[in-house]
Amino acid sequence: MARDPLKRHTTGRTATASLPPFEWVVELHGPAVLRFCVVEVGPAGAEDCFQEALLSALRAYDAVRDAGAIRAWLFSIAARKAIDTHRARARAPEPVEDIESLAGAEENALRDDTLWAEVRALPHKQRQAVMLRFAGDLSHAEIAAVMATSEPAARRNVFEGLVQLRKGRE
Amino acid sequence: MNDDTSPLEESLRSAAPLDPGAWERTRRELAARAEAEDLVDVAFERHDSPLGPILLGATPEGLVRVGLPSEDEDAVLDELARRVSARVLFAPRDAVTRARRQLDEYFGGWRRAFDVELDWRLTAGFRREVLRATAQIPYGQTASYRQVATQAGSPAAVRAAGTALATNPLPILVPCHRVLRSDGALGSYRGGPEAKAQLLCLEGAV
Repeated sequence: MARDPLKRHTTGRTATASLPPFEWVVELHGPAVLRFCVVEVGPAGAEDCFQEALLSALRAYDAVRDAGAIRAWLFSIAARKAIDTHRARARAPEPVEDIESLAGAEENALRDDTLWAEVRALPHKQRQAVMLRFAGDLSHAEIAAVMATSEPAARRNVFEGLVQLRKGRE
Repeated sequence: MNDDTSPLEESLRSAAPLDPGAWERTRRELAARAEAEDLVDVAFERHDSPLGPILLGATPEGLVRVGLPSEDEDAVLDELARRVSARVLFAPRDAVTRARRQLDEYFGGWRRAFDVELDWRLTAGFRREVLRATAQIPYGQTASYRQVATQAGSPAAVRAAGTALATNPLPILVPCHRVLRSDGALGSYRGGPEAKAQLLCLEGAV
């Protein structure tokens, strides 16, 4: 997307003075958040996970103080929702999905899910860092914010995740 | 450890494409859920008209903003975020649906008055009085800036009346295009003079 209307909300004025219309948040960051949800919970639960995350964000939007940190904030909500999804699945293991829902999932399935299946098998921190970096397209600083860690630690998690993936592919 | 893009990183990026159909569908569902849960303070939609695309925004109280084709859409949404609420979302809402249908009828030539709840919060004081007076001008008729100023209670405030009309948040529905200069010239219009002439022509007023 060529334009970045969120930019003007992060420069030259206090962040609390104005938040961008939530529509811009959806338009600019929504696709990356959905991609992150798809790799995190798989195509079947991704859209619901995405919607839950965005609804939570909309509910809490008034409390956002720094318009420049919206993207990282949005992904931390999505990461929490993904954990909720995993927990719910663990509590009530889903029956084998019927043909219909599988067909629906197929439609937005990833072209090469085997690679992401390998990512899903990584230790939690590496897995999340790699997903935020490559499905969410976040900077290392943003990954650090989402994972409540330092930027060097975030960078290391991405790096170590990639090393593990390479090892597995050799 | 560096940022050079390796083949693996390339694969990771390209292995996460998004089906445009899936994105549009989930976005529509999100909007419907947000609206159902009363999380949207300003719901808006775009509407194609003979003037060009019109932006229609509504609060729960009613239609709050009509953005004409000449206006920058981002600027309109930004204004709504600043002056009403940042919880602005492209979402379906009855007031907007009604306004869209009635606009089609109006541009088709078979509707002469609008029946849509209006939220006047983007205008106040004398300006609001001017716009309320303007709302009384019947289809196909015109008034002068002085007449609406007088109707609003300040016959001398012709210039202020002009400003009120130039900043009308609800053009077309509040028919500021029906206010002309007393010498008969069209005067200015938020949507540009051509749009003003087009609307008056549609109504058979010029």
